[in-house]
Amino acid sequence: MIPDLVTLLLGIVALLVAASLIGSLLERAYSPNGENAAIENLTARIRAWWGMVILISIAFLAGRTGVVILFALCSFAALREFVTLTNARRADHWTLVLSFFVAIPFQYWLVWAGEYGIYSIFIPVYCFLLAPIISALRGEAEDFLIRVAEVQWALMICVFCASHVPALLTLEIDGFEGRGVLLIAFLIVVVQLSDVLQYVWGKLIGRHKIAPRLSPSKTVEGFVGGVASATLIGASLYWITPFTPVQAGIMALVIALMGFLGGLVMSAIKRDRGVKDWGHAIAGHGGFIDRLDSVVFSAPIFFHLTRYWWT
Amino acid sequence: MTSGTPFPTRVAARFLASSIELFARLITAVRAEWQGVEPVPGQRVYYANHASNGDFVLIWAVLPRRLRDRVRPVAGADYWLATKLKSFIGRHVFNAVLIDRTGSSPKEAPVAQMAEALDEGSSLIIFPEGTRNLTDERLLPFKTGLYHLARARPEVDFVPVWIENLNRVMPKGEVVPVPLLCKVTFGAPQRLDGDAKDAFLDRTRNALLELSRDDV
Repeated sequence: MIPDLVTLLLGIVALLVAASLIGSLLERAYSPNGENAAIENLTARIRAWWGMVILISIAFLAGRTGVVILFALCSFAALREFVTLTNARRADHWTLVLSFFVAIPFQYWLVWAGEYGIYSIFIPVYCFLLAPIISALRGEAEDFLIRVAEVQWALMICVFCASHVPALLTLEIDGFEGRGVLLIAFLIVVVQLSDVLQYVWGKLIGRHKIAPRLSPSKTVEGFVGGVASATLIGASLYWITPFTPVQAGIMALVIALMGFLGGLVMSAIKRDRGVKDWGHAIAGHGGFIDRLDSVVFSAPIFFHLTRYWWT
Repeated sequence: MTSGTPFPTRVAARFLASSIELFARLITAVRAEWQGVEPVPGQRVYYANHASNGDFVLIWAVLPRRLRDRVRPVAGADYWLATKLKSFIGRHVFNAVLIDRTGSSPKEAPVAQMAEALDEGSSLIIFPEGTRNLTDERLLPFKTGLYHLARARPEVDFVPVWIENLNRVMPKGEVVPVPLLCKVTFGAPQRLDGDAKDAFLDRTRNALLELSRDDV
């Protein structure tokens, strides 16, 4: 595993160096005093990418425990952002306390222990039934269905779906033993590059808005260009996966499509709640969910496709 | 904290301060928005809405170190002297100005205590509603303490501070906090400017309410 992982990480670092160079050239040419907001945002994003890549590399090198802890913390931060925008009230206090301090650690412990039979139903079955029970016991009926549905959604998106990223480590694929972390790297590289390339293609040749009412910055050109380039990149990364080049390309296509649609869904929620970003944790990007939205939508699908056909 | 404090006490206080700040940030990811004023040194009275026992901790946590070292929360002695730990935290971590709320001491004493702290060069954090707001109202009517303090020290800036969401993090009667994003907004400073009591209290209260308008 290590040599391929190191090769991949070196490739990513090279990419970031190139991005930082382009960013500083653009800054020097168009925004020497920080007057161009778009370029300032771009350079802030690139700086934040360095931080994210360093963090995730450390987690990769630390193995299963490191990756599980990293994504458990991401789930915590994402749930914190999500619940902030919901109608949760005093009667839901214990539902939320248990979601944060019991559901998250337990779900990730199950993933760590490889308990597929339980971690794949713990939130959709047990939390789904227990959360409304706990809220109902407080006897507050107003907006009950809305409140319960919001908590359930928050748990599914921020915890259940996100936990399928580290769960990739538990898949036992013939001839791929000990290389699980590369499956995660494949997923994250494809989905994040797809996001970045949609942004780049959109900025370069974007004309036609694809969903003006949900996400005014997304364009048809960005979508097609980003998904197509991400598919090609995915295919060319087949050497870190158990897939053939064609299979890797198809997987990358599915990942990029789910990522795009995930971003669209999460934009709809933001729009409804009247916010531009989920939070302010990551400079230039917004909150954790702004960076994770496409990952959480693609992770479970990628997980199950791989599990069904390769194990 | 005075420089006469023994070294181990200072270390313990610093450690507790860092732990409290880390915990506050873990639960609330609190961030500051400086709308009407900049985070620069200068003597101020920060006056804020009061919905939770953690209110002043959030203000304290978002202040830059330089400002934080000079700021003292004004708090009820009955609460902060209740246990040994609270008393240590109140005295050595936050350096609180402890006010007797039982009514046994003269009525002017709290204002005199606050004015004295100002005279020593400190800034203050006060909650002019006088008590935690556990109602559905955004902001309770102000007690008159703010006015009396402004009259005693008319040259001091009174900075409105709106704390958002902390009441949802820890509603009344709950002991375990729910993690939610919080924001602390600092508004434009107010001075007495010769106003009468009601006019001053109205103006300062409205300035604070104004900051709550762009709640998200």
